[in-house]
Amino acid sequence: MTATPAAARAQIITRAPWREHAEEALIPPLVALLVAAICGDLLILSYGQSPAAVYRLLLEGTWGNAYGFGQVLYKATTLAFTGLAVSFGLRAGLFNIGGESQLAAGGFGAALTGLALPVGTPLILALPLCMIAAGLGGGVVGAVPAYLKTKFGAHEVIVTIMLNFVVLALLNWFIAGHLHVPETLHTPEIHAGVLPRLADLSSTFHGSAANLALIVAVLVAAAVWFYLFRARGGYELRAVGLQPDAAEYGGISVGRVWMRALTFSGVIAGIGGINYVLGYKHYYEDGFASGAGFLGIAVALVGRNHPIGVLIAAFFFATLSQGGLAIHAFVPKQMMDVLQGVVILAVAMSVPEVRRVLRSARRTREA
Amino acid sequence: MNPISFLTQMVRIAIPYLFAASGGVVAERSGIVSLTLEGFMLTGAFAAVLGTHYSGSPWIGVLAGMIGGLIFAMIHAVATIRYRADQVVVGVAINLLAIGVTRFFLKLFFASSSNSPRVTGFGGNINAAGFDNPLLWLGVLVAPVVAFVIYKTPFGLRVRAAGEHPDAAESVGVSVTRVRYIAVAISGILAALGGVYLALDQHQFTDQMTAGRGFIAISAVIFGRWDPIRAALACLLFAAAETFQIQLQGNHAIPSQFVEMIPYLLTIIALAGVVGRAVPPAALGRAES
Repeated sequence: MTATPAAARAQIITRAPWREHAEEALIPPLVALLVAAICGDLLILSYGQSPAAVYRLLLEGTWGNAYGFGQVLYKATTLAFTGLAVSFGLRAGLFNIGGESQLAAGGFGAALTGLALPVGTPLILALPLCMIAAGLGGGVVGAVPAYLKTKFGAHEVIVTIMLNFVVLALLNWFIAGHLHVPETLHTPEIHAGVLPRLADLSSTFHGSAANLALIVAVLVAAAVWFYLFRARGGYELRAVGLQPDAAEYGGISVGRVWMRALTFSGVIAGIGGINYVLGYKHYYEDGFASGAGFLGIAVALVGRNHPIGVLIAAFFFATLSQGGLAIHAFVPKQMMDVLQGVVILAVAMSVPEVRRVLRSARRTREA
Repeated sequence: MNPISFLTQMVRIAIPYLFAASGGVVAERSGIVSLTLEGFMLTGAFAAVLGTHYSGSPWIGVLAGMIGGLIFAMIHAVATIRYRADQVVVGVAINLLAIGVTRFFLKLFFASSSNSPRVTGFGGNINAAGFDNPLLWLGVLVAPVVAFVIYKTPFGLRVRAAGEHPDAAESVGVSVTRVRYIAVAISGILAALGGVYLALDQHQFTDQMTAGRGFIAISAVIFGRWDPIRAALACLLFAAAETFQIQLQGNHAIPSQFVEMIPYLLTIIALAGVVGRAVPPAALGRAES
């Protein structure tokens, strides 16, 4: 934001609230990282291995070679979408736990469109159509809790959780009963909309699934940033998230904002379905979204609901997941499932605690 | 369809729900969100198998399962009550943590990523159809006992006060913090017993064996409007739907996926207030100030 480090420092000194804001945002993830590293040490030791050696292996298998890095980018792409979706809702004060089914519905929509298009449809046409279908799929699933919340005051947390099960069962019925290739639980391969992979551009990424959806994710993050911090609608959305009563008093229709926030949260998660369907397998498979929706909550939390933070957090959780495979020969990859939970707990606990400590420190300073 | 076999199967399916939903009612009535039931159940199931495997006694397994649920409940309680962390986030974290911890320990203790070896467990007499399992009888009793505690004891009054009017409760000398710690501990132990029942009924632990049962239990709590007896009836209703579907298998009148949806759809309808509104405890989910 500032040109030189010296100017940045001057700004920090003169604008203490800004610094405090940054501290409030950054300390909890750092605390979580430390706690996770310690827990990781204990788990590795319990398996009779050396933590230093295992962590080195983890880094070599993820950031240390092109294939591993490509896989991290692939996994980060889906998590970026679900993380952005959750953070978008949270900015309006709404908790979207439906990422799991919205992602699946989006992938389903993308696959149906890819199947319906004639063979040879150029990507420039097929990609937007598939993305619209994916967004529509996720958006419909997101609109249900939005409507029930606005109209009847039904709590969105429970409705989105319950809807996950309903939508996934419905999709399972479609696939298992109607649309599958015999002996499998996936659709036939799509005719159009296949995204180029990173490996097509540079052969060093050979074998990894990272694809053009990564760029789409970054663009969506940029769009979310612009909407939240530069557009009028985003201002209203954040106002409702901070103080719904005050926003209503200020002339903002809280119901409309809720409706918009949850529906678009679903749209964002839905578009994420293209990463797997258009970029990786080229078909919709039952259960492909499993876990990615819930991890999106972790990504949003660690990324502190800021689009840039979400991208970084998605990269971090993708590294954990890919790192599990890299160390599996020495320590079971299940260790990473534990660490994911530890990171979320540690961030969730340190966010309010850090805020309290910083504020009481400020009060002492001012007194 | 044989009504006796229908009823026995329904009761066996309902027992894990009855345990977990009863635990959920206690925690939620005290003001703490119970999205963690799934995690408590899974931990209980694993700890029970671990305890039974190393001691040879299913009763030690029951004890181990309760301790497993209690440990996770205490993590939940400390995070939400002491640190005032967001209760929904902590719920998600506890469930992920339970999956991770059980997977890691499954690998560490049993060198498997899918299931534990067979343990002794309860029941096994074919003629008894599962009714020789003492936990089944405990499960039948748990809802009436919880109803008695919630409505007829001083502790139950404090739980309800903590969930509805925490400030008023504090002003008459009730420690809301303490009440909530105890309520969450009870929910952890009861939900864990649901998992223990599952594991010892199937004589082994398998990865993610609770398979969403904790969420069905939450559905039952909401559909039963946070009342222990109504929640138990909801558990029976959901179990009946499942039994119906299992016994109709082969007869494809209703696809199984649509039967699976029933608890969740009913919960959404109940929340939307189409048939009588489900209103949660007033202070549910709010960190005590």
